[in-house]
Amino acid sequence: MKHPTPKATRHTNQNEGLIFEKSSPGKAAWKLPPLDVPEVDVAGTLGASERRDLGNLPEVSEIEIIRHFTRLSTWNYAIDLGMYPLGSCTMKYNPRVNEVVARLDGLANAHPYQPEKLSQGALRILKTLADCLNDITGMDAITLQPAAGAHGELTGLLMVRAYHESKGAPRKKILIPDSAHGTNPATAAMVGYAVENLKSNANGMVDVAALSAQMNEDVAALMLTNPNTLGVFEQEIHKIADVMHAKGGLLYMDGANMNALVGKVRPGDFGVDVMHLNLHKTFSTPHGGGGPGSGPVAIKKILEPFLPTPVLISADDGTLGFDYNRPDSVGRVRAFYGNFGMFVRALAYIMANGPDGLRQTTEDAVLNANYIRKGLDGAYDLPYKTPTMHEVVFSDKLQAKEGVRTMDIAKRLIDYGFHPYTTAFPLIVPGALMIEPTESESREELDLFIEAMRSIAAEVEEDPAMVLGAPYTTRVSRLDETTAARKPVLRWKPAPASPQNT
Amino acid sequence: MRYLPKSPADREAMLRAIGARSIDDLFSPIPAEYRLKRDLKVPRQMAESEIVDWFRERSRENADGYTSFLGAGAYYHYRPVIIDSLISRGEFLTAYTPYQAEVSQGTLQSIFEFQTMICELTGMEVANASMYDGSTAAAEAVMMAVRLTGRRSVIVARSVHPEYREVLATYAFHQGMPLSNVDFTDQGRVDLDALEKSITPETACVLIQSPNFFGTIEDVAAVADIAHKHGAMLVVSIAEAISLGIVEPPRQADVIAMEAQSFGVPLGYGGPYCGVIATKEQYVRQMPGRLVGQTTDKNGKRGFVLTLATREQHIRREKATSNICTNQALIALMANIFMTVYGKVGLRELAKQNLSKTAYAAAQLEKRATILFSGAPRFNEFVVQSSEDAREINDRLLEDKIIGGLPLKKFFPELGNASLWCCTEMTSRAVIDKAIATFATNDREAVQEVEEVAR
Repeated sequence: MKHPTPKATRHTNQNEGLIFEKSSPGKAAWKLPPLDVPEVDVAGTLGASERRDLGNLPEVSEIEIIRHFTRLSTWNYAIDLGMYPLGSCTMKYNPRVNEVVARLDGLANAHPYQPEKLSQGALRILKTLADCLNDITGMDAITLQPAAGAHGELTGLLMVRAYHESKGAPRKKILIPDSAHGTNPATAAMVGYAVENLKSNANGMVDVAALSAQMNEDVAALMLTNPNTLGVFEQEIHKIADVMHAKGGLLYMDGANMNALVGKVRPGDFGVDVMHLNLHKTFSTPHGGGGPGSGPVAIKKILEPFLPTPVLISADDGTLGFDYNRPDSVGRVRAFYGNFGMFVRALAYIMANGPDGLRQTTEDAVLNANYIRKGLDGAYDLPYKTPTMHEVVFSDKLQAKEGVRTMDIAKRLIDYGFHPYTTAFPLIVPGALMIEPTESESREELDLFIEAMRSIAAEVEEDPAMVLGAPYTTRVSRLDETTAARKPVLRWKPAPASPQNT
Repeated sequence: MRYLPKSPADREAMLRAIGARSIDDLFSPIPAEYRLKRDLKVPRQMAESEIVDWFRERSRENADGYTSFLGAGAYYHYRPVIIDSLISRGEFLTAYTPYQAEVSQGTLQSIFEFQTMICELTGMEVANASMYDGSTAAAEAVMMAVRLTGRRSVIVARSVHPEYREVLATYAFHQGMPLSNVDFTDQGRVDLDALEKSITPETACVLIQSPNFFGTIEDVAAVADIAHKHGAMLVVSIAEAISLGIVEPPRQADVIAMEAQSFGVPLGYGGPYCGVIATKEQYVRQMPGRLVGQTTDKNGKRGFVLTLATREQHIRREKATSNICTNQALIALMANIFMTVYGKVGLRELAKQNLSKTAYAAAQLEKRATILFSGAPRFNEFVVQSSEDAREINDRLLEDKIIGGLPLKKFFPELGNASLWCCTEMTSRAVIDKAIATFATNDREAVQEVEEVAR
């Protein structure tokens, strides 16, 4: 087994059990202050509603909790450790000042129902962020309420539907390219639309002739990711928008790949009517192991009456507040106003960059992806030769001849100290390797990655069986996902007869 | 730009390696007429110290230093400091969805522990890895019941958080799910007779909240009996998770939709919070959201993976149980650490303090004002009726830097001047006494004035 670039080391903590396995009666990590009011008679107050037992909740001390979660954390890969090239996920650096400002007392402890006159600071943050995002996208208005990208898609399509209803009929279908994220069709279904697939052309782009043939008065909107999931900018975007608008349809843009565009080109300028952003992708809020996200939806003026309630408004004297009286609104999509803590972080990121920094960020993201594309040229099959922006999609065609697939290459990449790229997506590329480095990688890190990938390609030719057994450096390897799904064990249960083994 | 790890020479060298003359070459796929030829209108590049100062200013404009009696779906509880110590570790903070199990065991195992503790607390058999928040969790739980029963209409108690009901209405509208409401009695609980009358063979589920929006604990067993008798499911929303430390969980529910914000998540002006759905094992394949399962690796070692993904959008696309992708993992980790800190004994003691403070405040106030819905048990909220508009009372309280209860007129016009008050372990007796004194004096004066005018 070779380790040409041994970036990874073995985990130092091999045997941390479940927290329940450390529990024993009488241990505690909490201490409450003395009660300054009479202690309530619980039975008398709650009667039959009193709970008497908290089951198997653990009893452990504070140091055990610190060690437990610290040890678990060492089993995770993270951006802080190195390049995390998950395509479509935009795993960029999460600035630490964002975390500091989000924890300021007046922001972190603000109650959503405190009077608006005592919330002007929070509302100013919403307003400033909204203004920035409107200019970045070239759109007219925005709602910050959606909690994540998919939630933004839902909100956007609800507005699309309300718009068409205001014109007489909601229409029936949403067109979605075959390269789209799975959230797009799932969202269309939630809003009561049928999904019609749109085939990509040989360049991986929307086939405008096919679109024209499929477009009619039944189609409410086209959901388009631009650049698409191949990293390709839809060069005929103006024609696409014209085809949609000519038949009264709308153009929805999935903004997952906005990191390729900020400061260089604005969706509002190329005909997009409604789009969502992912603050946890483009605007650096931490991914946190899978959330929280935030999915603001920016729109053109024609959709403004349909924004979810409440809508942020400015009074003549500059005081900010919420307008709840919106008769044409699609309604509320979340309690309160959205993932406010993410707004604070995204705005701090925009401020740290300024217009010049945002532009340079986009340029570096595109430069990095093209550097990888060039660096892996020849080692991996590139199914679409079209120029790409912020990400690049290879296929495992060359390696598949030796029986090694994209997931196997991904697992071997872990041994070189990198998080895998996105595997087997987009669906239009069989055996896809979808790589998005973001702007956060130095040339040295990119060179290490390219060297690792080329080395794996060589290993596949010399010793494919070795690659199929990877990873070798992690605490666990090749977990049995089939049994996990067939006989689901979704919670811990005490098993006094046979103690748990690790 | 301080976040970008490249020198001008690096960029030049990389462009040469690619074979591009300039960065503009790489942007040539974008039609020239659309390229932005000006700077974005965003604040200029700021130093870290300037950014901190700007947000400090905003923080100061934001009720900093006030004590509050607000609850209503967002609760101020103490957050043990180790929560932020641990979630700030880059390995948790800067990782993503644990698709690659070998390099995500930390996140996966902690979610497995989270699912287990939510099951223990709710009395359910399975819990997911999180939803956006309590409101969207409730809406998704209702849609799950619609799929499971094959029926479409939904009955919603008016004692469910009004904003949760609004979110459900938005979600339900295009799903062809007719919603109807069931009122509350003068005990502040679901009107069982009205429920019995409105339930039909088309009713997929009944949605209630307990403790409900007024803080009152519902008679879950009685509601469940009615729902189940008619072949409908019972979905119970829990907005105040601390109640689970001392209030019997709604075990009779088929699906529980929870908001875990009270478990160590800052108020943060309404988000990010942490929704969760819990249910019975037999319903798991209709459950939305991610699930972590235990398995073994190729050497037989215990490990954890994302599982039952065939419910999810990235596999099933338009046939998925939901479109949810990114959830609230880091917030679920906060809740997980919180539950671990308080544990089996501490959570009950913490809940008891909430109960005691609330009982004290309600008893003191009851001597001088009317507490509505007093016939049923409550947890840490109660509704006060006054002769004066609640907003006027609150304005006077603000002079003492106290934010009073939430005026209910906007949500429940029939309750007139009533307001919803919340006490937690953070509410001191001194503040309670001060607030009640202001409230009562003014209320008494107002009552006298009204009487004088009448005379």
